[in-house]
Amino acid sequence: MPKTIKEINEKIRAGKAVVVDAEEIIDIVEEKGTAKAAEEVDVVTTGTFGPMCSSGAFLNLGHSRPKCKYSKAWLNGVNVHAGLAAVDIYIGATELPQDDPANSVFPGRFSYGGAHVIEDLVAGRDVELRAISYGTDCYPRKEIRSWVKLQDLNEAVLTNPRNGYQNYNVAVNRDKDRVIYTYMGVLQPKCKNANYCSAGQLSPLLNDPLYKTIGIGTRIFLGGAQGYVYWQGTQHNPSAKRLENGVPASPAGTLAVVGDLKQMDARYLRGASLVGYGVSLAIGLGVPIPILNEEIARYVSVRDEDIVAQIVDYSSDYPNGVSGSLGQVTYKELKSGFIQIDGKKVPTAGLSSYARAKEIAGQLKEWIQTKRFYLSEPAGLLPGVESGLTCKPFSERPIS
Amino acid sequence: MPKTKLVLTVPPDMVKEPLTWRLIKDHDLMVNILRASISPDEAGHMVVELSGERDAIEGGQRYLASCNVKVESLEKDVAWSEERCTHCTACISVCPSGALILDRDTMLVTFDSEKCIGCELCIPVCAYRAMEIRV
Repeated sequence: MPKTIKEINEKIRAGKAVVVDAEEIIDIVEEKGTAKAAEEVDVVTTGTFGPMCSSGAFLNLGHSRPKCKYSKAWLNGVNVHAGLAAVDIYIGATELPQDDPANSVFPGRFSYGGAHVIEDLVAGRDVELRAISYGTDCYPRKEIRSWVKLQDLNEAVLTNPRNGYQNYNVAVNRDKDRVIYTYMGVLQPKCKNANYCSAGQLSPLLNDPLYKTIGIGTRIFLGGAQGYVYWQGTQHNPSAKRLENGVPASPAGTLAVVGDLKQMDARYLRGASLVGYGVSLAIGLGVPIPILNEEIARYVSVRDEDIVAQIVDYSSDYPNGVSGSLGQVTYKELKSGFIQIDGKKVPTAGLSSYARAKEIAGQLKEWIQTKRFYLSEPAGLLPGVESGLTCKPFSERPIS
Repeated sequence: MPKTKLVLTVPPDMVKEPLTWRLIKDHDLMVNILRASISPDEAGHMVVELSGERDAIEGGQRYLASCNVKVESLEKDVAWSEERCTHCTACISVCPSGALILDRDTMLVTFDSEKCIGCELCIPVCAYRAMEIRV
């Protein structure tokens, strides 16, 4: 018997909802089959925790006396975008301090940036604001320097135009002698190591591969607070090649998410310094999947051994936009610590924390069990395979 | 048998002194060189593990001090912050001594300072600054 989200919410309210995480459901489906599992289980919680470069926060600082219309502004020396209304600013996670040497001394350390400012704010620490203005009749003040902290701001909204990538590459370096420094970590030459970045069987979109339940308005766990999916993420690519189980074999769907920074917890929002690459923000994301029918029960029972990722060369192929895979491996193999590339045993390492993904799925489960979190009915679903939507490369038209 | 891991900073004028030979011959110590970077006319750096009787280790350390070699305990060298660690596992494949340990069932990372040889390879690969060099 198919269920509705409304019925599941009634069960949550009555304290009768059966909630398990995306790892626990695997054994349940294996033991009882999809029909029985769909009947017994109401919600499966998913989670992921990893660097999401496409992150930032909109802040409204409140008006000073006299008032000031920021034309340029900085938080702890990091450039913020002030091209909005007077005291609205946007801080991007990958933004660097004005005087950061970046990669001029290679490889750069990138020890502080926008993501760290966001982490400092969430941790309740004082942050130094500096803003300048050209001055107007209504906003006469031309400069402001002040300590600010999160709770004193009017609004602080975290936004991720792209989060929760449905599957990702396994990065290797095929160069003969050059160490490379990438957003996928430090890669040794001659494919001496391989880095991956997905929570695999716990990852939200790998448990709803065809976007049957996750849509616009889906309530989620974001950075330790409750947030929402507001759109498909940028580069959303439902047309990626898929396995028989519907799971894409390469990066595919993405989510755009939003949440109240003031409610978040620094445990799930961490500034990341990727040597030689830059700054990023690691974010905890968890999505509940309502088990509406048997088909969805089958999707959430996906295991690491059923999900494959493509091995991609980041020394030449990736930077030059040459598509191609050196082979595919399962997440079970990746998590074992070694994979085989051309008959050679290569050690693997993750950039996405499975342990913290599991913790997030557990946290979300607890919220639902203790009636602190109810499922929302999506206002619209994400574009699926039938949309024909693809992620296109840049269409360059050189100007002579 | 007692063991200790030490970080030695050898002044340029002492680089020609056969330090390890003296530790072995005169002080009856087993010396395992974990890391070394020594070149003429420059300060040298060594990480060694000394095994021997407690008196012998103390004697060896006194000898090193008499040669103006700066002797520091290795345990203080590299530290893991459990609070900063997100258990992403990026450090696991670069750690050559097995000091950074991943439990493959829970995917949780732990650090065994006893096994750390102070190579510092984990420092740049940790995006969360969970691995620190303590001076």
